[in-house]
Parts: sequence; C-alpha cells; structure tokens
Amino acid sequence: MQIELKIFRYNPQTDKESRFDTYKVDVDPSDRVLDSLMHVYRNEDGSLAFRKSCAHGVCGSDAMRINGKERLACKTLIKDVTQSEGDTILIEPLRHLPVQKDLMVDQSEFLSRFKKVSPFLIPEEKPPENGEYIQSQLQRDAIDDATKCINCGACYSACPVLDTNPDFLGPAALVHASRFIFDSRDQGLDARIAILDQPNGIWACDNHFECTKVCPRGIKITKLINLTKREIKKRKGE
Amino acid sequence: MDYDYDVLIVGAGGAGLYAALEASRTGKTAVLTKVYPQRSHTGAAQGGIGAALGNVEEDKPEWHAFDTVKGGDYLVDQNAAVILAEDAVRAVYDLENRGLPFSRTPEGKIDQRRFGGHTRNFGEGPVRRACYAADRTGHMILQTLYQQCIKSDVAFYDEFFVLDVMLDGDTPSGLIVFELATGQIHMFKAKVILFATGGFGRMFKITSNAYSNTGDGPAILARNGIPLMDMEFFQIHPTGIRDMGILITEGVRGEGGILYNSEGEAFMKRYAPTMLDLAPRDMISRAIMTEIFEGRGIRGTRKIDDYVYLDASHLGRAKVEEKIPDIADFCRTYLDVDPAEAPMPVQPTAHYAMGGIPTNVNGQVWTGEKVYPGLYAAGECACVSVHGANRLGTNSLVDLVVFGRRAGQHIAEYVRNAPQGRVDKDRARWWKDRIARLKSAKGSHPGEIFDSMQETMMEKVGVYRTGSEMEKAVSSLQKLRLDYEHVSVHAGAENFNAEVQTVLELGNLLDLALHTAASALNRQESRGAHTRDDFPDRNDGDWLKHSLSTLKDNQISFQYRDVDVHKWEPKPRVY
Repeated sequence: MQIELKIFRYNPQTDKESRFDTYKVDVDPSDRVLDSLMHVYRNEDGSLAFRKSCAHGVCGSDAMRINGKERLACKTLIKDVTQSEGDTILIEPLRHLPVQKDLMVDQSEFLSRFKKVSPFLIPEEKPPENGEYIQSQLQRDAIDDATKCINCGACYSACPVLDTNPDFLGPAALVHASRFIFDSRDQGLDARIAILDQPNGIWACDNHFECTKVCPRGIKITKLINLTKREIKKRKGE
Repeated sequence: MDYDYDVLIVGAGGAGLYAALEASRTGKTAVLTKVYPQRSHTGAAQGGIGAALGNVEEDKPEWHAFDTVKGGDYLVDQNAAVILAEDAVRAVYDLENRGLPFSRTPEGKIDQRRFGGHTRNFGEGPVRRACYAADRTGHMILQTLYQQCIKSDVAFYDEFFVLDVMLDGDTPSGLIVFELATGQIHMFKAKVILFATGGFGRMFKITSNAYSNTGDGPAILARNGIPLMDMEFFQIHPTGIRDMGILITEGVRGEGGILYNSEGEAFMKRYAPTMLDLAPRDMISRAIMTEIFEGRGIRGTRKIDDYVYLDASHLGRAKVEEKIPDIADFCRTYLDVDPAEAPMPVQPTAHYAMGGIPTNVNGQVWTGEKVYPGLYAAGECACVSVHGANRLGTNSLVDLVVFGRRAGQHIAEYVRNAPQGRVDKDRARWWKDRIARLKSAKGSHPGEIFDSMQETMMEKVGVYRTGSEMEKAVSSLQKLRLDYEHVSVHAGAENFNAEVQTVLELGNLLDLALHTAASALNRQESRGAHTRDDFPDRNDGDWLKHSLSTLKDNQISFQYRDVDVHKWEPKPRVY
C-alpha cells in the first residue's frame, strides 16, 4: 500500500520557521512507522533527522508524536495508525523539549531532571560480604513496574502540567524516584524528599493520567506518583 | 588539543560503563558514545546472566567453565573460560549490591532458570544457572551501571561518534571524533583507550541487532593494522520473530517452551536427545533450517525465509506474564499473536559476533605475539576468547560484565604510570577533508549497498555455508566496497548530519562483512556456528586454532593462534 508521511521539518540554524514535508512511501501494512522513516532517509532524503536504535521498543530512542500521540516509531505499525486514522501519517517531535532538528529534541534538561532525584541505590548498610541482599518476591514486585522505564520521554511530552508549568520535574523523573523509594534495599527517601517535596516537584502533578496513557512500556505512572506522594506524607507524619 | 583525559572509553553499554566505573577510580575518565547511554544495545538483552550461585540447585563455576568450552566447540581459550565462570559469581553479586533488581526465589535470593547448554556435572542434564530480571535482564544491567556512573560523576560525551584512533607505535595517544550536534571533528588525547562498541549484526538482513550495531571499534582497529580474531563465527540465534528478527529469548525454552514443525512434531528430539530444546544455539539453528529445507517449515517453501513455531502457551497466562512479559508484548505488537494462547512464528536471526578485537583476560589488545599497552577492548566487540565457535546463552552478559570490569580494574592500575604518546594532528585534518569530500561529491544514496550487503551475508554466510557461495559473497563484498567509494552525503548541514555518520558506519560494516565472509571461506571445517556442507566435520588436526584476519587493498590475509586447551581435551560434541 502507499501512504503519505507528513513530517515536521525544522533546522534552527537555517530555517526561519518550521514546515511539513510530505513523502509518498510504499509500505507493507505490518511495517513499523520507523521502517517508513528509514526508507525515506536511506533512499530519498538523507537530511531528515531523527533518532533510532534498537527498533523494537526497548531503547527509547525513537519516541515522537505520531498523529498527535506520543509513541515509539518502532512499536507503531503502519496498519494500526492507517486503519483508524487515514492514509496520511503526521509525524512531529516530542513536546516540552527544544527542537534540535526535525524530529530530534534536546534531552539535556530532561536528563538533568532525571539526575536530580538521585536515581541510584542508596543503601543504609554495607552490602553482604559475599552474596546478595535478601529481598522477598513481594518486595521485588513493589518496584517491578517502575524498573521498566526506558526514559524515552513520551510521558514528559504528553504531560499537560508542563504546558503551563515548565519547571515541573515531570513524570519520568518521578518514576525513577519511586523506583528507588519502594526498593526494600534503599534508604534514600530523606535525600530525595528535598527534591520531590516542592511545589514544582511531585505536588505539581494533578492526575491527568496522560503519561500513563502514552507510556510505551505500559507503566502505571500516575499510580506510582500517587503512591510516592502518600509515602512522603507518611514520612512527614501527615 | 580539544580534550585531554587519562582514559577514554568508547561505547556506553555494559562493558564500557563497568570499565568506566572502575577506571575512573584513579584516572580522569570520559565515556564517548554515539547514542545516549541508556539507549545502548545491552538494554535489549533479555533472558539472563549465567553465574554458578547455586541458589536453587547445586552448581559450580567449574561446570559453567566446562559448558562454555564444550558449547564453543572447543575453540574457547580454557584459561579465559575458567576466569569467566569464577568472576561471574562476583560480578553478579556486585551488580545486585549496586541495586540490580533480580527476580527472586521464595527465600529472597536471586532466582535462577534454565538456559541452553547449561548443565550439571559436565553434561548430565540441565541446571538452573541463569540469574534474571524477568525478560529484561540486560535493561536492568544497563540501567544499574548507568545509575552508578551518575553516582560517581563519570563524564559522558553523548552522540560523539569515534572516527579513528591515533597510535604512537603500539600505544594509543588519542581519538578523532565526530560530534553529531555540531559536525565538528575533535581530538581527544588520552593514555588509555578502551573500545566497547558492541556487535555488528547489521551486516545481516535478518538480525536482532540495533541500527547502531555497526562494529565501529573493530573496524577502526582493523584499519590501523590490528588483526581481528575468529570473524567467521557469527551466531545466528534460532528464535527471532519471523521476518523481523527481533529476539525471542532462549529463556522461553528455559521455562519450557517447545519448537514444532509444520507436522506438529517437537523435532528437537531427533537432533539433541538429552538437552532437546535446551541444546546450544548453533545446533537448534541448524535443526530449524534442516526442518525448513526438508519441507517441514510452516509455509513448506523450503526457502531460507520459512519459519517454525515456538510454543509457550502450555505454560499458562500467569507464567507468561510473569516470566516473559516483554516477549508477550513484542508478539502482540508485531505478530498479533498472544503467546499465552498461540505459538510464536520464529526463524533464525543474526545475533552475536563471537569474533572481534583479540584481547587477553585483562582486556588488553593482544594478537598472541604482542600486547598493545594502553589499548583495551571488552564486550561483544572483543574476542577473549570465551565463546569460541558458539556462544552459550547468557554468556554475552557474563562476558561484558566480567571483562568490562576486569579491564577497568587493570586500567586503574596501568594508568598510574602510563606514558602519553604523541598525537597526530594530520589525522584530524585528513578526516575533515574526508567528510568534506563526502558532502561535495555527487554520488548515490547508500540504501542499495546496505541492502545488497545484508542480503549477501544472510544468504551466503548464514547458518549453512558452502565454498562456492562464500566465494561469491567475498567477490560481491569486494565490489560493494568499490561501489561504496562513490556514495555521497546529500545533506550539507553541519548540525545533526546523521547522514555523515550513517555512510561512515556502512563503511565499517562493509569491512567487517568482508572479514567475516573471507574468514568463513578460509576455514575448511565445520565447528559450532560455522557449518559447511563441503567440509561437514570438525577437523581438530588442522583447524583447532584461532584465525586472525587482516584487510589490505580489498584482500584478506590470515595468521593463526593456538587455542588454550590445557584443562579439557576436545571431544565430540553431543547433547
């Protein structure tokens, strides 16, 4: 089948304003959107800038907005967007991050917020001499959802709070905070509270659930944020 | 001079990050990566990391070492296999202690499951050796190591693509690097350089590998005169998703998944009566291709793109969702198949480079004759050799954490008194000119050469190989390398010109494809993943040796190195 890709184009170094370029591409309905972008890039227009790597939804490079919704181009099949949404596919960069070029966005601010929450294990005790910390299956289950995060930025783009409050820490960083707060081996809650317990920290989230809707890893992000809020209140004796 | 460090690590997967953590204890260290660190392909590893913890049943590092040697069809260096198995236990505990969320036993210890070729007591039967975190073990290793690097303030240069290494005699003095964001060429000065650039499966049409797996490290060193080792041994994993090559972990068979042909027969009983579906990967890939060629593939076409079924539906939904949730997601997304209810269509997929940059057990580049002081390699781009002719499942993660860590520790000592070599400013100018030429020429797009290389490798240097077909592959690749001289970059932009990088990556892949095809043609025997119908038997008399290939003037030449067989005498390999 033939489809039209309508792709956002903008090079801040040379373009006064952004535009959309349209490409007609022959595809198989079971191809991924990424396959069609690769076809354009390799055979028609090498100037098209986008990120990709693993091509099966685990590295997080190719998060972008496809027909207005945040998705991974490698996890989105052509047939799934054309059947329900027509033969033209609109492709745009993630929101809330400056466009570097075309579909590439500058992730430095996003990553600096991730780093702010101390996203690493802060154990209280020295590790066992020769062996593992003991952690029950139930304790392990408590962090399972959060450990799926690949930091692709889809949730950050979809979050309506960031539309009006660009200083909000954002859902991805909060997922990583919860990843460690609920790890039975971690004792770093107090250190992380300093960052989370702020007006632009965790309390700025007001439960729109957009992050949860778009997460390509199926993480229940809003739920994790709410559990973390409860944990902070508990620690503060509220 | 643009940048000045003691230690440069190229690549931010598991091996590079572990090495960086260790090396940065004494040396000023930076990691250069062409993707963002969390995007590295280690994150795609699924099923597990082997270590003889003995948490669910008796196990010993010695058994792990033996399985590794036998699994590699005796081309494994046995001293390295022993170190691999012993250090695996320490490395797994270290990762857990640093936060890695392994799946747990009812007692709260690290849980372990079965994987292909892992046995108790030297082959008696399967053993549970693979430590795992659901089916995203690699993701957890990558995340944990990156988190630790953040904690330790390791310096990262993201989207910095390494073009070349500068050597002063046999010692590295720095790197020449393309910065994607600006298009600038930088010189990075250093006393120690470690390459951890991963695999190069993108030379094949059907592959589990990321787009970024283009073998930059081995290609760069090979162009600088360092031979590559055992390049003929490329692992074709038996279970990739039909037509796409996305991996379906061996953990599926470890949990009880079974392969079926079009007649509904569980065919592995005819090929590996003891280990059945948990035989090593080379044997299962051959079994699947034999079924297909004899007309028992699902489509019955007898062609290379036919497939078989991998069935896990009898495990039940609860186990599928708990043990292989990502696999279930892939199958639903890409195949519209729910593995809790229906079998998965699978075909062999190019997966892992067992050859690469030759190193010793400390990660130093080592040709067998000489060590290159200060030059290191670890992970999939390196060849220690612990995989020999066929890598056992889980041993890739073991390799990269064990030897990434060991190399980092060795660097931390070495760098204290390491000399700084002379840097060669002309090399940076040469690369600037090279890229300017790429942009000014009016040549073709790289698409056709990519396709042609990938099809040639898949059809002629795949699971089954014959001399005449490989000869055709070698001459096709030589011609493609000449055609490649006329490829140009069509976008002139300085900033984020990914096309420059793509074209240079293609050059790296073409070099490595020629190394692989010529090495396969040269080795006149069948061993592990290298199976020839014109030389169907293993020939220890002539070929119990590593091959070292050198590419010059579009021709490959060979030297050889002995295999360390001090512990276990080579025997016929049956399961």
